[in-house]
Amino acid sequence: MPAPAPASEALQLALVGVPNCGKTALFNRLTGSRQKVANYAGVTVERKEGSFVGPARGQRYRLLDLPGAYSLTPTTLDEAITRDCLLGRLAGEAPPEMVVCVVDATNLRLNLRLVLELRELGVPMIVALNMSDLARDRGFQLDRARLEQELGVPVVETVAIREGGERALLERLESLPRPPARAGTEWHTPTFEQIQATQRDVRRILHAAGYAEPARRRALRQLDALVIHPVAGPLILAALLFFVFQAVFSWAAAPMELVDAGVSWLGQALHDALPPGALRSLLVDGVISGAGSVLVFLPQILILFFFILVLEDSGYLPRAAYLLDRMMGSVGLSGRAFIPLLSSFACAVPGIMATRTIPNVRDRIATIMIAPLMTCSARLPVYALVIAAFIPNRPVGAFNLQGLVLFTLYVAGIVAAMVVAYALKRTALRSTYHPLLLELPEYKWPNLRNLLLGLWERARIFLQRVGTIILALMIVLWFLSSFPAPPEGATGPAIQYSLAGTIGRALEHVFAPLGFNWQISLALVPGLAAREVAVGALGTVYSLSANGDDVAATLVPMIAQTWSLATALSLLAWYVFAPQCLSTLVVVKRETNSWRYPLIMAGYLFALAYLAAFVTFRVASALLG
Amino acid sequence: MPPVSLSTLRKGARGTVADVRDDAQSLGDEARSTVSRRLLELGFIPGEAFEVIGEVWPGGDPMAVRLGSTLFALRRREAGAVLVTVEGG
Repeated sequence: MPAPAPASEALQLALVGVPNCGKTALFNRLTGSRQKVANYAGVTVERKEGSFVGPARGQRYRLLDLPGAYSLTPTTLDEAITRDCLLGRLAGEAPPEMVVCVVDATNLRLNLRLVLELRELGVPMIVALNMSDLARDRGFQLDRARLEQELGVPVVETVAIREGGERALLERLESLPRPPARAGTEWHTPTFEQIQATQRDVRRILHAAGYAEPARRRALRQLDALVIHPVAGPLILAALLFFVFQAVFSWAAAPMELVDAGVSWLGQALHDALPPGALRSLLVDGVISGAGSVLVFLPQILILFFFILVLEDSGYLPRAAYLLDRMMGSVGLSGRAFIPLLSSFACAVPGIMATRTIPNVRDRIATIMIAPLMTCSARLPVYALVIAAFIPNRPVGAFNLQGLVLFTLYVAGIVAAMVVAYALKRTALRSTYHPLLLELPEYKWPNLRNLLLGLWERARIFLQRVGTIILALMIVLWFLSSFPAPPEGATGPAIQYSLAGTIGRALEHVFAPLGFNWQISLALVPGLAAREVAVGALGTVYSLSANGDDVAATLVPMIAQTWSLATALSLLAWYVFAPQCLSTLVVVKRETNSWRYPLIMAGYLFALAYLAAFVTFRVASALLG
Repeated sequence: MPPVSLSTLRKGARGTVADVRDDAQSLGDEARSTVSRRLLELGFIPGEAFEVIGEVWPGGDPMAVRLGSTLFALRRREAGAVLVTVEGG
């Protein structure tokens, strides 16, 4: 085999296309797993770059997957990024040397206008007629060569979801000479008349190229008649959401236990292998259990994103947004906020990661900010403990008092979320009236390869960006709970003498108005790691020797004796808001690309938690005497 | 038949787009565009065939419209900018 010619510098390519044109699938096909996902400088828009090598001449390409855009006149931040990058106006981004404009061969009327706009820019361009196999199957007619002639730029057919479906594009790319360097491009927003003229041009070109669309298939029409039906649609949506929630909640349970068991096993093995001391404790209680606290989220994230990717790929998600627009709009949120919020009932971490399906930045941030108010599964152990100790297990009508209290706590979280969303959207995150002009793309079978790549990408981002910070914080927390060691002859639990113990005692002054004793205050410190850890920590401070599930059982009579009912209710109220989950704050930092929002979130949740617990304690104390 | 606003139509109505009014309503946060401009860009241009294929209850808002072979969801407020000629109305 001859040695490849010394490859010249990688050619800068950019993928452009309207939303739903199959651009990301083509990006995946071209670059495989050689992708780098980051953010554009200073904004929350995701930047995806990959690389590939031309098979014939060994030319290297760097491919930037620009956000989907209907037009160079932006209406969203995504579209503004795409335009600015193409014009060379984006700080830190070189304008692409060449553009691959991806068009959906089954929707050329909508797609071709962007091609004409890009042609106007004068950027060297190839048009990729994507989904060309699907177009043929469904009976679309088009003369590719004639289209190429009419457009005056190369047009190739691609099938992003099939092996080898990118070949024509690669061959054509390599056959083109490297375009000369360009200066920055000028662009003037077209007038109404100019847009209409371009649209007439689109129709003329399509007519000349013999473009003919078949009528929509009967089965697809019937499916839509059901899916967007005013009665059946919401019912189907509710069933689907319930199913997703169930899956995130219960399917994840087994793998999460597996992670837990694996981590315990590894910890035990290390514990047995090492001599007792600070190093062993650091490795076992700090590093291993810290890594476990990261990995335990992974099953939920993967399951949730599996459903989101399927719903997105199949074309259902925009239809759900359409059905929910009115309901979510009443508190100022986007219809797409529903899935992230629902997922947050399992855990806010995957829920917050799922907000990236919300295109508007302010809507997205508002959704992120209220996600922790949905009662996550980590709060259940705390609720269960306190309810078991203080709320009598007796029937109230057809219901059970304990169940009613739990239900009230869930409702309190939802109501608080709606109020906060309403307040945020009317103040800090106020946006001008946000119109709904949403394309409902044709239904498609999701593609397995894209699904797996999408899941892999989410898992990698979570483990790299979020996991490393969470792990570091867990180790810091271990340090606080372990040092200094208890003095000789100390009788209390070790944590009482540590820095965490000192902090807990200091916090007692802060929390005394809420009716919290020093044991509760102390337990809140390791509870930073995850809310349910507070239960274990309470066990430790009350010097219990029991482990795991037994802790709760032994704790129940203990706290029932030592806490007042007002204190218990106050703790429940505190946990409705419960700002102390580091993982959530870290994931917010990662998703919003700044510390600003996690700090605001921690602040407002703390304030609400304090207020709610204070009021609850005072009112309960007054009523109960 | 004189053109009517798309926002006044119910499910099942069909016809052709007559015009898009410049309502100067701002679209989006990073607004340098208007609803009317985006409607034109998405293909609401004179002569294009449309059909109202769905409404969300209660209130019938937003509505789903087939334009050519593409489906769009839009609120009645946005639809107000589109003037249409109704078929057989």
